[in-house]
Amino acid sequence: MTSVVALDAVPRIRRGVKCTYDQIREAHVVLFPEGVLVLNETAASVVSLCDGVRSVGDIALSLGDVYAGVQPEDIAELVARLVERRVVDVDG
Amino acid sequence: MAEAPFGLLAELTHRCPLQCGYCSNPVELVRRNAELDTESWRRVFDQARSLGALQIHLSGGEPLLRPDLPDLVTHANSLGCYVNLVTSGVGLSRDRLRELAARGVDHVQLSLQDATRAGNDRIAGIKAFDRKVDAAAYIRDEGLPLTVNTVLHRQNLDNIAGIIAMAEEMGAERLELANTQYYGWALRNRAVLLPTREQLAHADPIVAAAQERLRGRMEIVYVIADYHEAHPKPCMYGWGARQLTVAPNGDVLPCPAATVISSLQIENVRDSSLHDIWHNSPSFNAFRGFEWMKDPCRSCPRKEIDFGGCRCQAFQLTGDAAATDPVCSLSPERSTVDLILQTEMTPDVVPAMAMRKMT
Repeated sequence: MTSVVALDAVPRIRRGVKCTYDQIREAHVVLFPEGVLVLNETAASVVSLCDGVRSVGDIALSLGDVYAGVQPEDIAELVARLVERRVVDVDG
Repeated sequence: MAEAPFGLLAELTHRCPLQCGYCSNPVELVRRNAELDTESWRRVFDQARSLGALQIHLSGGEPLLRPDLPDLVTHANSLGCYVNLVTSGVGLSRDRLRELAARGVDHVQLSLQDATRAGNDRIAGIKAFDRKVDAAAYIRDEGLPLTVNTVLHRQNLDNIAGIIAMAEEMGAERLELANTQYYGWALRNRAVLLPTREQLAHADPIVAAAQERLRGRMEIVYVIADYHEAHPKPCMYGWGARQLTVAPNGDVLPCPAATVISSLQIENVRDSSLHDIWHNSPSFNAFRGFEWMKDPCRSCPRKEIDFGGCRCQAFQLTGDAAATDPVCSLSPERSTVDLILQTEMTPDVVPAMAMRKMT
């Protein structure tokens, strides 16, 4: 069950979650007690902007400068998946 | 070529101040003089990282009994790994924890045997409860995320609500409620540990309600009592798929219990590299993928979900490590499990728990 994340919600990396680059897999990864997430480029960009300050909408705007066709709803959905995997928390 | 593993379970020692009869460590525990030295463990961590492991679980036995634990934490952290300390909490002073955190422990998993002092210490075989409560406070004060792990069985299942409350009180972010898996000491003590159907039926709704109530605050992971189920667990998410275990003596195992499969030729880090063992050894390749399967697994759509269950359990209960896990309702050997349930859930004479000890 994926809960909905609002565009004004502010995501933040959870305590105890480590974001790093894995030279072996040549990918950004998120490490947490229960596992490992190997991120694609878009997800890695989103994770790097989950700083507890920017909202989902802000993140979409920032990424819109870099990637064409970024939809805020897609970012919200990705953040919701990260919440579900207990990688990020959301306020607001 | 097999995909790279995500995690290394480093069983630094089999020595442990606790004597829990549910322990899945082998009955033949590795002695101190056979343990890998500091340099060898460093090399194992290096090789695990080169192979692709990103998580190092420092476990045992009780890893705090290794005087070189701080050095090993530093080394695991320097490789960029997520460092998980798996401990009983006994021997974890505030200063010790602070040092381990400063050196790079990312997360602590603390065992809890029962909800009360009397229950906990009876199962642990020593006075450990108060020290666990203290350890949880140190972990919380240090700001480290905490998982409480309680192994469930006939002796503590009735206290499930109290165990959940205790984990909340300890400030856990996660609670693993893991029904006993019957390997090693737990297999020996099965007639003392097997829960009754009534106990499980009582526990299920309590766990479900707590999962709902604590959503977002404390995640509760419930590991099923597989003897009572119709389908096997997805053991290790497949053989040689995600994780490898290095035992205190350097034996490299596809799963922590794999030494029970006596037909398996176990490799050791003293003789080969982890890379070579992971990719090329007969032991790691024995049950990879689906080719080794026989029917009913081979033609079963659930093979993608449960990977045929547990190889060790298949070996222990049927004598054939390539058989369908006999807890599966489709296994021709399911009657073996039913007979065990019938005779051991409520035995006429309950044997004494064999406490985990080095002999």
